[in-house]
Amino acid sequence: MAGAGGGNDIQWCFSQVKGAVDDDVAEADIISTVEFNHSGELLATGDKGGRVVIFQQEQENKIQSHSRGEYNVYSTFQSHEPEFDYLKSLEIEEKINKIRWLPQKNAAQFLLSTNDKTIKLWKISERDKRPEGYNLKEEDGRYRDPTTVTTLRVPVCRPMDLMVEASPRRIFANAHTYHINSISINSDYETYLSADDLRINLWHLEITDRSFNIVDIKPANMEELTEVITAAEFHPNSCNTFVYSSSKGTIRLCDMRASALCDRHSKLFEEPEDPSNRSFFSEIISSISDVKFSHSGRYMMTRDYLSVKIWDLNMENRPVETYQVHEYLRSKLCSLYENDCIFDKFECCWNGSDSVVMTGSYNNFFRMFDRNTKRDITLEASRENNKPRTVLKPRKVCASGKRKKDEISVDSLDFNKKILHTAWHPKENIIAVATTNNLYIFQDKVN
Amino acid sequence: MAGASELGTGPGAAGGDGDDSLYPIAVLIDELRNEDVQLRLNSIKKLSTIALALGVERTRSELLPFLTDTIYDEDEVLLALAEQLGNFTGLVGGPDFAHCLLPPLENLATVEETVVRDKAVESLRQISQEHTPVALEAYFVPLVKRLASGDWFTSRTSACGLFSVCYPRASNAVKAEIRQQFRSLCSDDTPMVRRAAASKLGEFAKVLELDSVKSEIVPLFTSLASDEQDSVRLLAVEACVSIAQLLSQDDLETLVMPTLRQAAEDKSWRVRYMVADRFSELQKAMGPKITLNDLIPAFQNLLKDCEAEVRAAAAHKVKELGENLPIEDRETIIMNQILPYIKELVSDTNQHVKSALASVIMGLSTILGKENTIEHLLPLFLAQLKDECPDVRLNIISNLDCVNEVIGIRQLSQSLLPAIVELAEDAKWRVRLAIIEYMPLLAGQLGVEFFDEKLNSLCMAWLVDHVYAIREAATNNLMKLVQKFGTEWAQNTIVPKVLVMANDPNYLHRMTTLFCINALSEACGQEITTKQMLPIVLKMAGDQVANVRFNVAKSLQKIGPILDTNALQGEVKPVLQKLGQDEDMDVKYFAQEAISVLALA
Repeated sequence: MAGAGGGNDIQWCFSQVKGAVDDDVAEADIISTVEFNHSGELLATGDKGGRVVIFQQEQENKIQSHSRGEYNVYSTFQSHEPEFDYLKSLEIEEKINKIRWLPQKNAAQFLLSTNDKTIKLWKISERDKRPEGYNLKEEDGRYRDPTTVTTLRVPVCRPMDLMVEASPRRIFANAHTYHINSISINSDYETYLSADDLRINLWHLEITDRSFNIVDIKPANMEELTEVITAAEFHPNSCNTFVYSSSKGTIRLCDMRASALCDRHSKLFEEPEDPSNRSFFSEIISSISDVKFSHSGRYMMTRDYLSVKIWDLNMENRPVETYQVHEYLRSKLCSLYENDCIFDKFECCWNGSDSVVMTGSYNNFFRMFDRNTKRDITLEASRENNKPRTVLKPRKVCASGKRKKDEISVDSLDFNKKILHTAWHPKENIIAVATTNNLYIFQDKVN
Repeated sequence: MAGASELGTGPGAAGGDGDDSLYPIAVLIDELRNEDVQLRLNSIKKLSTIALALGVERTRSELLPFLTDTIYDEDEVLLALAEQLGNFTGLVGGPDFAHCLLPPLENLATVEETVVRDKAVESLRQISQEHTPVALEAYFVPLVKRLASGDWFTSRTSACGLFSVCYPRASNAVKAEIRQQFRSLCSDDTPMVRRAAASKLGEFAKVLELDSVKSEIVPLFTSLASDEQDSVRLLAVEACVSIAQLLSQDDLETLVMPTLRQAAEDKSWRVRYMVADRFSELQKAMGPKITLNDLIPAFQNLLKDCEAEVRAAAAHKVKELGENLPIEDRETIIMNQILPYIKELVSDTNQHVKSALASVIMGLSTILGKENTIEHLLPLFLAQLKDECPDVRLNIISNLDCVNEVIGIRQLSQSLLPAIVELAEDAKWRVRLAIIEYMPLLAGQLGVEFFDEKLNSLCMAWLVDHVYAIREAATNNLMKLVQKFGTEWAQNTIVPKVLVMANDPNYLHRMTTLFCINALSEACGQEITTKQMLPIVLKMAGDQVANVRFNVAKSLQKIGPILDTNALQGEVKPVLQKLGQDEDMDVKYFAQEAISVLALA
C-alpha cells in the first residue's frame, strides 16, 4: 500500500476545499457525514439539509503524475425531506446522520443514507444513450399527421452526454422509535443493521416491510434507563459478529449465531475506571461517540470525548492502545459542559492499512496517531494555506501558562469550529475532513 | 418535415399509404419510450403485437437492439420485458434465431434487482431449450461463460442458474468446462455468488453423471456446508435434499450424513433452523434407516434447542415427522422418542414455540389412536387450552376436527368451554374475531344442545360488540349457524333476539338488526322473512337516524327477491317511495336504487 506507513512520516498537503467561502453558514449546509466508497473513487457527504453530494475522483492524469486525481461533483440529490410525525407531534429533521456504500454489484453504485427515522437505498447510475425516433411525432414533440405514417419506425439508441442519475430504490421506514445513530452493512452483502438509542434492527437489503429486532435495551420502566446505544457496526468479514457501544463507555460484541435475539453479548469490552480521575463529568466523557472495526477485523477503535482507544477483539479488559486527542481540555470540562460541547459526537477512522488512526478536535484541528511509531500530529483545516501542494504545518496547543512561538493557547481555541467527521481513502493517503460547512481534501506529498 | 418521406418500407411490415392498421402499432412503439411508466409497461406487455407487425427480420435487426439498450428502465418494465422475451422465439424466426434473444436477456441478467435477474434467468432457461445443440455451444454456452466470469457479482449469480440447462446437451469437452466453472463459482469471493451456487447445487447435481456427483458435487457440497458464512451453510442443507435423492443408502451414509450431522449441530442457530425447517424433506430423502438412526436423535436435539426459533420450527414438523414414518413403527417411535420432548414443549417459555406446537399437536391423535390420545395427548391439549397466550388456545381450537375423528369432542368439552369464553371476551378484538370464525365449526362438532346451552349467549353478545369488525363477523356467524341448525332453530332462538335490537336506543345496534336480516333472510326463507323480518324493517323506515333509514332501503333491496309480489307491491313499494322523497341525499339515493333494482318503478 503506497505510502500508508505513517501519519506523520508523510507530509500532508492541501488538495481541495469544497463549499462556500463566506463566514455566515447556512444551517442546511452543515456537513453531517463523510464517507468514501470501497474503491475510494467516490466520496459522499451528507448535510443537515438532507442532501447527499457525491464527488468522483478524476482519472489520473499521466502528465501531472505528482497529483492524484481531484474530486469533482458527480451527483447531488435530495435524500431526505423534513417531515412531521402527526401521531407524536414531532418534527423529523432531514439531516443525514450516516451514509454507507454498498459493495459494488454492477455498473451502478448504491448507498444507504439515513436521517433520524428513515433509511433509504439510493442507486447512482450513468446513462450515455438516449432513444430517438417516434412514429407519430417529431423529436421536438410536434405531432405528425397520422395519415402520413406509412411504415413503422423503431426507436434507436444514440450516444448522448453522460448523465448521472440518483434514484431511490428502497425506503426502510417505521422501524425506529428513537433516533437512528448508525447503519452498517453486513459482509454477507444482503443484510444491514440500523441502531437507535435503545434498539438495533436487522434488515434485508431487498425487504422494506419488515426487520428483525436483534438488540433491545429498553427497560420496562423508562425511569430505570441508565445507558443508551451510541454506535453499532458489523465486523468487516465475520458476518455473524457486530458490536455496539454505549453511553457508559462499554462496547458489547454479539454473535448472531448464538441466538436470534442478541440481548446477551458474547464479549464486553470495558476499561476499569481510574478512581483518581473520578469527577462529575466522568460518565459524560466516557460515553463512546464512534466505534470502527479495523479493515483487518482484528481490532476496533472507539472514540470518547478525550481519547481514542484501540481494542484487540481478543482482549476485553482494557484497550491495547490509548491516544489522548486533546487532554488539555480536561481542565475545561466545566465550561465545555456549560456550552454543551461536552456532548459533541466526534467520529474516528482508520487508514487503509490500519497503521494510522484519525479523529477530529476543536478549532478545526484534527489529529493522527501512528500506531507503529507512536507519533502523533495535529493539523488544521483552514483556508489560509490552501495553495495546492502546500505542506500543512503541524499545530501545537499549549496547556499551561508559558506559550512558545507557534503555539496556541487553550483559551484561544474556537469551540464553534469542530471537526466531527473525517474519512480516509481505503487505499491511498487521501483524507476528507469536514469542517462546519466545508469539505477539505488533503493528500500526502508524493516525491 | 413530413417525416414519412425518409422512412423505407420494411420487409414483412404492412405497407401502403395511411394504412389504418399501422396506427395502433405506431402508438405502441412510441409508448415504449413514453414518460409514463404505466404506458411503457403496457407497450412492453404487447411486445409480441409490435414484433408481429414488424415481422421477424425487423424484430431481429431493429427491435431487439433497441430493447438491449433499455436496461435503464423501471424494475416493473424490465421484469415484464424479461418475461416477454422468454416466449419470443417464434417472433424472431423460430429456433434457428433463438440466439438473437440472448443479448437483451444477458443485459437483464446483470441488473441489481433480484426479481428482474431471476426472471431473465428463467427466460434464458426457457430459450436454451429451443437452441439446437450446435447453437447451444455456439451462442448459449459462451453467454453462460461471460456471465460466470463477469466483473460484478450480479452477473455471476445469474450464471449459477444456467449451468444445469446447458449441461445435458453439451459435448463432453464443454461439459468439463461447465463443471469447472461451477466449481469456481462455489468458491467465489463474494458470499452472494456462493449462496447462488449453493442454492443451485442440487439442481446441477441432478443433471450430472453419477460419477461426477460423487467426485465433484459432494466435495463442493461439503465445502459449502462448512463455509465461513452461515448464510451459505444454511443453503447447503437444502442442497442436501436433492443430492440425497441421487445417491444409494451406503453412499448417503459416507458422503452426506457426516455433513448433515454437522449441520444439525452447527454453531449458528440459522443453520440448525434450516435443518428443522426442511426436516420432512430430509427425512424422505434419507430414507427410513437413516431417519431412525440419525435423524430422530437430531430431531430430539432440535426440539430442545437453546434457540426458540429452532424449537418452533421443529415443533411445526412433529406431525409430518410422524406421518412420514413407516406405518408399522410410527406409534412406538412417537410414543417413546418424540412424546417426552413434546411434553416439555407444552410448557416452553416461548409463546411462539407453544403456538407452533399447538397448531400441529392435534394431528398426532390419528397416528397414536384413541387410547394413547386419551391417556397421553389429552392432558397436553387441556394444558394448552389453558395456556396464557391466546394464540396457543386458538390454534388448539382451530384444529379440533382432528381429535373429533379419533376420540370425539366431548372429552374436551368441559375444558373447551372456559377456553372459548375467555377468548370470546379477550381484550384484543383480533382474538375475538379469530374465535368467532371457529364458531360454526365448533357448533357443528358440539351439537345444537350444547350450543344453545353454552355458546348461544356469546354469539348474541358479539352482535353488540363495540368493534364493527366483530359485529360484522358475528352477523356472518349467525348465517352459518342457521345453515347448520336449520330454519326452525333460527326462528326459535336467533330471530326474536335479533329483532328485539331494532328498538335499541343505540342506532349502531339498530343497524345490526338490519345487517343480520340481510345475512339471515336467504337462509331463513320466504315465510320467516315476510312474516317476522319485513314488518320490523318497514317500521324502521321511520327511524330518526339517516344511516338507519338508508340501510332500510339497502335491506329491502337485499330481501326483495325473497318476498312474494304481494308483499313487494303492497308493503315494500310505498315505503321505498316514501324514502325516495327523504330529505337526506343518501337515503334518497339508496331508495331509488332499490326501486330500480326491484323493478318497482
